[in-house]
Amino acid sequence: MIPEIGHFALILALCVSIIQGVLPLIGAQQGRREWLVLARPATQISFLLLAISFGVLAWCFYVNDFSVLYVAEHSNSQLPTVYRLGAVWGGHEGSLLLWIFLLTGWAFAVAQLSKTLDEFMVARVLGVLGLVATGLLLFVLGTSNPFERLLPAAQDGRSLNPLLQDPGLVFHPPMLYMGYVGFSVAFAFAIASLLSGRLDAAWARWSRPWTTTAWIFLTLGIALGSWWAYYELGWGGWWFWDPVENASFMPWLIGTALIHSLVVTEKRGGFKNWTVLLAIMAFSMSLLGTFLVRSGVLTSVHAFATDPRRGIFILLLLSLVVGSSLFLYALKAPKSTLGGKFSLLSRETLILMGNVFFVVAAGSVLLGTLYPLLIDALNLGKISVGPPYFNAVFVPIMVPVLFLMAVGPWANWKTTDLKTLLKRLWLAAVLAFVAAIAIPSLMGEFTILTALGFLLAFWVIASGVLQIIRQCKVGMPTRSFIGMQLGHMGIAVFVIGVTMVGAYQEEKDVRMAPGDTVTVGGYQIRLMGVGPAQGPNYQAMRGTFELVRNGKVQELMYPEKRNYDSSTMPMTEAAIDAGLTRDIYVSLGEPLEGNAWAVRVYYKPFVDWIWGGCLLMALGGLFAVMDKRYRLRVKK
Amino acid sequence: MKPRHKRALIIIGALATLAIAAVFILNALNSNIALYVTPSEVAAGKAPQGQTFRIGGMVKDGSLRRDELVVHFIITDMVKEISVAYKGILPDLFKEGKGAVVQGKLDANGQFIASEVLAKHDENYMPPEAKHALEQAQKNGAK
Repeated sequence: MIPEIGHFALILALCVSIIQGVLPLIGAQQGRREWLVLARPATQISFLLLAISFGVLAWCFYVNDFSVLYVAEHSNSQLPTVYRLGAVWGGHEGSLLLWIFLLTGWAFAVAQLSKTLDEFMVARVLGVLGLVATGLLLFVLGTSNPFERLLPAAQDGRSLNPLLQDPGLVFHPPMLYMGYVGFSVAFAFAIASLLSGRLDAAWARWSRPWTTTAWIFLTLGIALGSWWAYYELGWGGWWFWDPVENASFMPWLIGTALIHSLVVTEKRGGFKNWTVLLAIMAFSMSLLGTFLVRSGVLTSVHAFATDPRRGIFILLLLSLVVGSSLFLYALKAPKSTLGGKFSLLSRETLILMGNVFFVVAAGSVLLGTLYPLLIDALNLGKISVGPPYFNAVFVPIMVPVLFLMAVGPWANWKTTDLKTLLKRLWLAAVLAFVAAIAIPSLMGEFTILTALGFLLAFWVIASGVLQIIRQCKVGMPTRSFIGMQLGHMGIAVFVIGVTMVGAYQEEKDVRMAPGDTVTVGGYQIRLMGVGPAQGPNYQAMRGTFELVRNGKVQELMYPEKRNYDSSTMPMTEAAIDAGLTRDIYVSLGEPLEGNAWAVRVYYKPFVDWIWGGCLLMALGGLFAVMDKRYRLRVKK
Repeated sequence: MKPRHKRALIIIGALATLAIAAVFILNALNSNIALYVTPSEVAAGKAPQGQTFRIGGMVKDGSLRRDELVVHFIITDMVKEISVAYKGILPDLFKEGKGAVVQGKLDANGQFIASEVLAKHDENYMPPEAKHALEQAQKNGAK
């Protein structure tokens, strides 16, 4: 009975979303107040209904209701409670329900926090969000109902893929989805402003904190996913250019361009068309990401069942959203494009250049991701595009972006002369060059690429520090300013991490018997022994390793090879000794002859800076959102 | 500078950047793709010479042999077989009788030296490329 309540709530939500998507939009076009005031209550109700529906599904997992097909397929009674809840979005149907739940959550937040916005704008924004929700609800109800019954009920469930039984994976999808879905708000604001013809600074000001918030979640979601792949997949890498990673990275790139372009639109009234286009693109990329990941055209941990109907439906939805919004854009985009006048050397130009690079980067990632699908669809054979392509293309595009990042904040709006810029930046350049030569020399190995990495990272850091010093002389820095600095510093920290790992990591696959020692990065790692161990729902072989430095034992490490009771699939659980300047990573391969094991040992210098940098970026976003000029909203 | 000229300059600059980027990108794409080849195609000599490519298929039962860290096994589409050597640790889901994809090159003796072994993340899951190879072989066999 309880699952039917969830199903019923979903159907009701569809009806309410149709009302929310149709009446307020018509009402706003025709000036019918009695229709447009429906937007808020409809939004609130559909959020409530989705919360009920989602809560019911979570409840079914909590009480192990195996008469629900989805529960039976993704959970079992031995699964620890926290992973049973994580399993709610561990499969296709549940993760889509989460998607919609978060979408109505964003819409609800807009409805609650927009009391000072004029009624027409609110009605249009909520209306657009209602239309998006309608499309996705039709999708869920039509092709992927999570409440479908299994009669007779299963004795026990099939359990969750052991790879997903991990705290990182409990939080990764909701974070990522918050980001994906959050761009729907930026999209809705853009469409609403096109409909009303009011593309002005006020619109940009409204849209900015929402876009930045979505961007924060997306940043965290991607970082969590990368961190999970690093320690759980047992490969020790942090980014694989897997199509699914790319699917989340493309909206991030466009989103980053968007939050910068919005600055120009708010401060200078410029780039309006460009900003609207980016908002449409960012959300389209999110939908495309959902399509790629959920339709099963890609092969990865995220591709669940492959029901062709689903792929076609999302593709239809995607083309409908992109097609109709671009059509609207073509009809209504304002004629004046560049807004306030600016010279060739000005902050506007620098931001625009950065934007172009970001879009090109996203385009190149898109090309590499879709190319194999395209070739396959045209029956030209099966190919794969690997990391070498992405590295060869992506890194060169990011070099000018990093360069611009340090220059942009020094440039004035409208116009800057080159002399002033040089006067402000020469010191940063000198410091960056010193760091670029000194650090690789100290580490003992100098390559041009490594030096370039440090040069750019310290260029950004030095420029940022100088900006902070100058700002503090003038007065208290605004939160926006702090946010920008944190965000840019985050990138620099990230680049340092990537450069260090890329240049100085050591990876060794070795045969080890008890008593054997292997040396990486100045550490000795000694295998003491391997023995059986028992977990809550798995058996394991657990290795004991000593981490030795300068003859002293620093740490004991316990990597495991697990066999989950409900699955025939073995699982490698790496042991990681994390530190500020290095990670030591040990994982067990397979048993070899003579009591020995194949063991994988990594030394990863500064690898945690990669995720630390992402955290800093997200923190920067948080400061920017909390800036005083949005305070009115934040308080409510 | 007149505003009109300025705008033209910006547009030309942007287009030039895009064009250069496009050239580099397509170039990189061309030199970094790996073709999927079925075991039957390899046996027929249709594999790219001296270039990295991928083979999809099943790991033949009983073919797995270890020589310290080097692993030898046979990958098959049930018609033709290719022997593969790989140095390193195999992914968790690599198993005899299951689908797998290997990436690498052929050496002079016709043995495939794998630089990468890809097994997927789910035990019930078959790599589509491996499935494709089996179907392909079956179709050709039926003809």
